[in-house]
Amino acid sequence: MVTAYRPDCLHEALRIREETGAIPLAGGTDLMVAKKRRAGISTGFNEPVVFIGGLTELRAVSMDGMLRIGSAVTFADLLADSVIPDIFKNVFLEIASPAVRNRATIGGNVCNASPAGDTLPLLYALDASVVLERVDGKRILPIDEFITGPGETRLQKKEILIEIRLPPADLNTFFYRKIGTRRGYSCSKASFFGSARLMEGRLEEVRMALGSVAPTVVRTKEAEKRLMGKKDRDLEILVPEVVAIYEKIITPIDDQRSTACYRKNVSLRLIRHFLNEHVLPEMRRQTKQ
Amino acid sequence: MKIRIVLNGKPAVIDTDPTRRLLDILRNDYNLTGVKEGCGEGECGACSVLIDGRIANSCIVPAGAVEGSEIITIEGYRETARYRALRDAFEEAGAVQCGFCTPGFIMAAEALLRENANPGEDDIRRALSGNLCRCTGYSMIIDAVKIASAGGKELW
Repeated sequence: MVTAYRPDCLHEALRIREETGAIPLAGGTDLMVAKKRRAGISTGFNEPVVFIGGLTELRAVSMDGMLRIGSAVTFADLLADSVIPDIFKNVFLEIASPAVRNRATIGGNVCNASPAGDTLPLLYALDASVVLERVDGKRILPIDEFITGPGETRLQKKEILIEIRLPPADLNTFFYRKIGTRRGYSCSKASFFGSARLMEGRLEEVRMALGSVAPTVVRTKEAEKRLMGKKDRDLEILVPEVVAIYEKIITPIDDQRSTACYRKNVSLRLIRHFLNEHVLPEMRRQTKQ
Repeated sequence: MKIRIVLNGKPAVIDTDPTRRLLDILRNDYNLTGVKEGCGEGECGACSVLIDGRIANSCIVPAGAVEGSEIITIEGYRETARYRALRDAFEEAGAVQCGFCTPGFIMAAEALLRENANPGEDDIRRALSGNLCRCTGYSMIIDAVKIASAGGKELW
């Protein structure tokens, strides 16, 4: 039997983490699958575990210039929270099933750092950062620096991810698509989150993030910059060029869920679809007004 | 670790490895074998129970995470009028074939109806999206929830 701790407050959890390096467990929906053994046999954790899902310090959502989401807030609670924008809820509603959303937490999805993590394209596109606390202080990292590879993050043994922060963003067009075999439960074959600020028929800003097509979520500001400031005709001409940039940098793999070829094709189509079918028509509508 | 819960209405203290699956505790320690193990990975819903009124897959819930919670399994739910309404509706619609998934579907239906007594087809499909049935093709199960909802107005 592994040593397990159930602290009453965050400070105690941080102390346990520093002294033992125990694995933080919130909802457990990923960890319990990773550590499962045969029916009736205890799970195969070989390090101490610290239960953090019940810590009230990690379960708050607030908006004070930026959106702050506690790491142990479940997706069900996020879906029910009036502070959370509908754009986020569209993403969260596609995660797993009601039963999983009742237990699974946003911090867990981030720390699990799966290339297919359902919250990650959204968080990358909206420039999220993570707050990592230890007994003697905290640090803040942008999400794309925090996640370094499949299942790998810069979380140190003594730290706990306590909060996800989203800065204000002036965006007015959003598009999200998760590609999977079925609606419930699917781990994504590919996913795409696109957003833009369109003003008077001009593309002022655009952000695009792709999941499941590389070791970490793909977002390239170089490609986004090429599109910024463009009007509809110029944008239309640029689309193939920008899609070609992504074609070079996305590196999907074959696995049990899908093939590299399918993933690449569908991801590039999603980029094209977002620009041609969402951004361009909206720009033209604005120009006509 | 000692874990205090309320199980099917009765207070219980479990002294166990807190990383054990709630599913194993319910089945092996309490003989609540209406809670089924299907996939064991939180993907089929056969092990569904209510934790503080919300549906959960007991195969991926560690015991240490349910301290202070109220847990209802199909065995506890069986004693209620709501269960009888759902049972009758499942019978009427032909929503049970082999029956292995049925306890999970009943718990998922209860989790839906306690939040939304008059669900539309879309609400029902979403609420049951975490439960797999390999026999019925789902249509009869969806019909059963509609029948229960229509007939059980005063229950939910």
